[in-house]
Order: sequence, then C-alpha cells, then structure tokens
Amino acid sequence: MSIQEFVAPDSLSEAKGFLSDGAAASVLAGGTDLLVGVRLGTRNPERVVDLKKIPELTAINIDAEAVHIGAAASAFSILHDSDVPSFFPGFAEALDLIGSTQIQGRCSAGGNLCNASPAADSIPALIANGAQCLITGPGGDHQMPVEDFVVGPSKNALKEGELLVSLILPRPSSQTADAYLRLTPRTEMDIAVAGVGVSLTLDGDGTCTAARVSIGAVAPTALLVEAAGAALVGTQLDAAAIEAAVAAARQSACPISDKRGTSEYRTHVVGVLVARAIAQARRRIVEAVS
Amino acid sequence: MDSGAYSGNPASFPAFMATACYKLTDARSTGRAVYTNKPKIHAYRAPSVPQVTLGFELAMTELAAELGMDPLAFRLKNAVEEGDVNMMGAPYNRIGLRECLEVASAHAHYKAPVAEGEGRGVAAGYWINAGLQSSATLNVLSDGHLSILTGSPDIGGSRASMALMAAEVLGIPFEHIHPQIAATDAVGHCDVTGGSRTTLATGQAVIQAAEQCVAEMCRRAAAEWEVEAGVVTWSQGAAHYGEQSLTFEALARRAGTMGGPLTFSSSLTASSAAPSFGVHICDAKVDKETGRTTITRYTTIQDAGKAIHPAYVEGQMQGGAAQGIGWALNEEYLYDENGVLQNPGFLDYRIPVASDLPFIDTVIVEVPNPLHPFGVKGVGEVPIVPPMPAVAEAVYQSAGVRLREMPLNPPKIVAALQEQ
Ligand SMILES: Cc1cc2nc3c(=O)[nH]c(=O)nc-3n(C[C@H](O)[C@H](O)[C@H](O)COP(=O)(O)OP(=O)(O)OC[C@H]3O[C@@H](n4cnc5c(N)ncnc54)[C@H](O)[C@@H]3O)c2cc1C
Repeated sequence: MSIQEFVAPDSLSEAKGFLSDGAAASVLAGGTDLLVGVRLGTRNPERVVDLKKIPELTAINIDAEAVHIGAAASAFSILHDSDVPSFFPGFAEALDLIGSTQIQGRCSAGGNLCNASPAADSIPALIANGAQCLITGPGGDHQMPVEDFVVGPSKNALKEGELLVSLILPRPSSQTADAYLRLTPRTEMDIAVAGVGVSLTLDGDGTCTAARVSIGAVAPTALLVEAAGAALVGTQLDAAAIEAAVAAARQSACPISDKRGTSEYRTHVVGVLVARAIAQARRRIVEAVS
Repeated sequence: MDSGAYSGNPASFPAFMATACYKLTDARSTGRAVYTNKPKIHAYRAPSVPQVTLGFELAMTELAAELGMDPLAFRLKNAVEEGDVNMMGAPYNRIGLRECLEVASAHAHYKAPVAEGEGRGVAAGYWINAGLQSSATLNVLSDGHLSILTGSPDIGGSRASMALMAAEVLGIPFEHIHPQIAATDAVGHCDVTGGSRTTLATGQAVIQAAEQCVAEMCRRAAAEWEVEAGVVTWSQGAAHYGEQSLTFEALARRAGTMGGPLTFSSSLTASSAAPSFGVHICDAKVDKETGRTTITRYTTIQDAGKAIHPAYVEGQMQGGAAQGIGWALNEEYLYDENGVLQNPGFLDYRIPVASDLPFIDTVIVEVPNPLHPFGVKGVGEVPIVPPMPAVAEAVYQSAGVRLREMPLNPPKIVAALQEQ
C-alpha cells in the first residue's frame, strides 16, 4: 500500500476531520521519522496529514506561566528563532543533538515525542522540565504529563483521531536550570546509548529545593526517576547526594543489550551521565547568579 | 582468519606482510582460513594486512617497552632497507621505511609531550603494491589539446595524475589534457583498479604513449625541415632544430597535412611495482567513566616514491587513517545468534564522521622508485595498515588497560577498567 492522499489543512478542526473519517491517516510534522518508516515499509498510511500549515501547531508562545511550543515547530525555529534556549538550555541541547542541521530544519519536538522511540533525545529533557502535552481530538482537549505520554517503544497514549497540539513547559522559577547529556560512540549522527535530562532548583545558599531526573534509552520508555530527584532535594548536592541519585537512576534502568550497547554498559553509563548532568545544571545556576 | 561461507583464503599472504617492515632472519608464518556461516568476504584496501599487522606491531611496541627503548628507535634499529630479503624471498629495492621512521622521530607531533591523561601510540605498516596489466590511448585533438583514455576507474584522483604525467612528458599545459575512463571494450586491457597500482602501471602506459607522441612529432618536424629525425629535440612542448621550432599545438592543428591523425597506444605488464611503507603517530584520550575515546592528534608519514599529485596522495593518507581509526574504535559487524547481520546500515555500522576526527597531518616522504620513470610507488592502501595498532597503543597508554579484541568501543573499555 502506498500513500494515496496528501492533505495540508490550515486549521485544527479541518485536521481533526481528516483524522476521524476512517481512512488510515498519519500526521506529518517534519517527516524525518514518518518518511523513513514509509521507505522502510514499516509505515503504510493511506493518507498523510501535514500539520505545518496549522498556526497553533507551529507557534511558539511565552506567557507569564509557561512556554508553549507548537508540536510541529521545527527544531531549527525553536533553537534559532525563539527564546526557548534561554529558558531551557538543556532542552535546547537535546534538540540540537537530533540528526544534523538538515534534519533539524525539518524535525519537531512533537514528532520526536509522538514517535516514542526509547532513545529519543528531547523526551528526557521535556520530562525533566515537567512538560505537559496538550492533546486535542474527537472528545475535546486535555493535558497529560510527558512521562505518561509514551507507553512503550513506538507507542504513545494518543487515541484514535487525537493529535498533539503543543508542549507546555512551565517557566522555570528563579535559580533553576536544566541539562541534557547523551552518550553515543560517535560525536553525531548516532542514536543515544543512554540519555539523561536533569532540572534543578537551588536556594540562596545552594541547597537543592527541587530536582527532576529523567533517563532515556535504558528502558522501553524514557523514565522520570523520582527517587533520584528526591535524593538531591534538601542537600547541597554533595558527593553522597549525587551518588544516591546515580544509584537510583541505575536502579530504575532496565536496558536491553543490543547492537547499540550492552545492558551492563548502559546501566553503568546512565549513572555517569546523571552525575555529569547534575553538575552541568548546577554550573548553569551558579554562573547565572554570579 | 574468518573467511565467511565461500571459498577464498584471506589468510594466505598477510602474515608475511605484517612482518615485512623488519629484518627477520628466522621467520615462518602460517595463515589459516576459518570458514563460517557468514557472508562472502572480498578484498578491501590492503586486504587482511591491517588485521595481522595489529598483532605484530603491538608486539613490537610491547617489546620496545620491555627493553626500555623508544618504540620508533626500536623499529628503526630493526627496519628493512635496500638489499634485505623478506619472508617471501624477494630482495628489497630502494625502499623508504627508514626515512619514514626518521621523519616520524623528528616530527613536532612526536617531540611534543603527551598531554595529561592522553596516550600515544606509533605503528609502521607495509603494503606490497601491484603492477599488473595496463593500457592507455592518447589522441591528439585538432585544437592542440590531448585526450587520454584508460580503463582504470578513478577512485582517488588518478585521472589528474595521468594528465600531470602526460603534461610532464609532452611539456604542454595540464589544462589542455582531458583524461577519461573508457569502457572496457573501448580501450586496451587494464586490470583492476586495485593493488595501489593505477598511478604506477596505468601511469606508465600513459608515459610510454606520450613518449611515442614526442617521437612522432619530432619525426614530423624533421620531415618538414628536411633534416634527420635524430637531430630534432623536444622541450617545453615543442620540437626544435636550430632556430626553428614547431609547437605541440601547431603539429596538432596541421596533423592532417603532415601525416594524418596522431594517436598513440601503449600496453604493458608493469614490472616496476615497489612496496610502500607508512608510519603513524596517534594521540588519544579515553574518558575512563564512559569508555569513549577521542583521537586528539594524528600524523601519518608515508613514502610515496614520487607524489605525482601531492594533495591526492595526502587524501589517500588521510582517508586510510580515518578508516583505520573507525575500525579501531567502533566499526564492527554484529550478528545475532542466528547469524543475521544486525547492523547492515551506516546508522549502526559506525564509521567515523568528520567531527570524530582531528585534522590528520601528513608528511609525504619521497624515496623514488628506481624502476619507474617518475619514481612512483603505490600510495592508496598502506595508509590503512598502521592505524589499528597505533590507536590501540594510544588507548592503552591513556586508559591503562590493554584490550586484545577490536574494536575498542566504550562498553569494552568500561568492562576492562571495571575488571582491573
Ligand atoms: C538522519 C537522522 C538522524 C536522526 N537523529 C536523531 C537523534 O539524534 N535523536 C533523536 O531523538 N532522533 C533522531 N532522529 C529521528 C527524528 O529526526 C526525530 O525523532 C524527530 O524529532 C522527529 O520529528 P518529525 O517532526 O520529523 O516527526 P515526523 O516524522 O513528522 O513524525 C514522527 C511520528 O510522530 C507522529 N506525529 C508527528 N507529529 C504529531 C502530532 N502533532 N500529533 C500526533 N502524532 C504526531 C507522526 O505521525 C509519526 O508517527 C533522526 C532521524 C534521521 C532521519
């Protein structure tokens, strides 16, 4: 079966119509996963619904509470035409690791999330920042946290006819910073063997008052490791606290051994990245203050 | 050596090549092919020699350490030179291994201290280089330009080298020469583009055809001036006798009235091949927590005989180094328990990308090949021979653990460090 129909609606309601009339439809943002899948024969949509003409899907808005990123906004536009990187340098780092300049010109954070790869780079960074998904569909709009959105490898929580409209990242409070690190054998054009997103908040004397740690590529989905965050809160991020966070992350990891790395290695290295990401987020906070 | 499921013994000749850099009086090599349920194997850049050289060169490095000697000095002390006989029984002609080792020892890279936390490795390599059959046809065009037809596909810039060698013999501008690769049935026989032989052997056919062209042009000029052909000389793209001269272009334009079309062909079985040697220096830094290796500095030194097109020779040296670094660090075929290849694409068969490599410095050493009119030696294959042992030693020096299995990828390095 090959693609029979390509539509590019310019409103959300029209798009929803194209997704709920029974045709086997796939939505397309940048297409850097979808089109690869079509080529490989793993995806066989009859209809492709391009989202890039829908204003809500490509808009990036920053209000008093949150940063709203249209699900189909390209990584390039987020990185270079918005203030998002100044709020979330770690999330920006994650987007900047995806593919190459060419891929980033097309691909979206929404596509990265909906594609639901265990190794997707932006997902741990979104989880660390407490991002919410705004979803619309036949039953109206609703929100859910990113950590609940991915339910398994290549499986997301969207129901028939639903689509992701935007990602909502609460504005970071003061003395807060994030970081994302991944391990790949090559410097680029590679898939994460492990990835870690961290967001930290410190008070005036350097005590950690909030922390979220998320790990990727070491389980069927990216995980929020609540125990790792809890190990940091109330501490000065001393060696013992970091060691406890590392141990919690390794405990939660349940990686497979495959062509990209052994289970033992992934478990080991995700801990290394947790310690380094914590150090990097803390450095950002300290540097912003001084 | 793993030979895949079909016939062909990759282990028949590399064992001797791995030892070919050194004076060995008592030596014996055994190559054993192991047939496995894996895909067919095929020749690839210095086939099988890098794998065997890895073991031998690391042994040389470990021996030097045991003796408390500098690894390059130890190699120089044992290096083969003209007149030495290798395991195959053929005496070496004028070879350049000693010169390469001397250049390496004096190089700024080798003289620089090893940076904190990094390691350094060196290795030498040999490749036999082929001669084989080649043909070339030169057509003098009526506008004074020249076309060159050969049957050697250009995989590294060899067309430019053909044009440069013809330009040298004829004394005409490089830009007036149009080298082309003709179809197999449109030109005299050429054996494979392989064995690092194209610039040497096909080049020699081009040189011979160009010499025929000079002789014929001198003959025509002599006829025009009514003198003996032997008194006409050729220089700077023209025939000369006394005050008189006729340029290549004039002879080309007037060919129709001076004896007809000017076309020259030469075919030969080249017996001019000479081996090439290379010496590589690698600095690497291992992240002991993640097991990732970064190559921080890399220098390749190679005897090219005579580098006809130096930039393309450097390209071969850099390309071979890049491929060898990839083999050392990450490239690997991964099979599942049913023998199915798990990484049949470049996403998971990890060749290095540009950002994985430092600038690869090159030094071309020129010890001319006395058997070749321009001194050429093959350059394409030897650059992939030394990288694996050079990288492996640098990794060992940085990480402090010696791995006996390639590639030196992050999981293996971490596992070895944890075992320590
Ligand atoms: C060469 C190359 C390198 C890559 N490198 C990386 C990398 O380093 N890290 C990484 O994480 N990924 C990488 N990727 C994968 C891919 O680029 C990313 O996952 C990218 O973010 C996908 O975004 P997209 O807009 O192109 O998605 P698309 O292909 O358009 O969509 C992806 C999937 O999500 C669905 N979808 C998209 N938008 C929505 C929506 N709003 N609502 C519901 N469903 C939706 C689509 O139907 C499809 O199933 C790489 C891909 C390539 C080709």
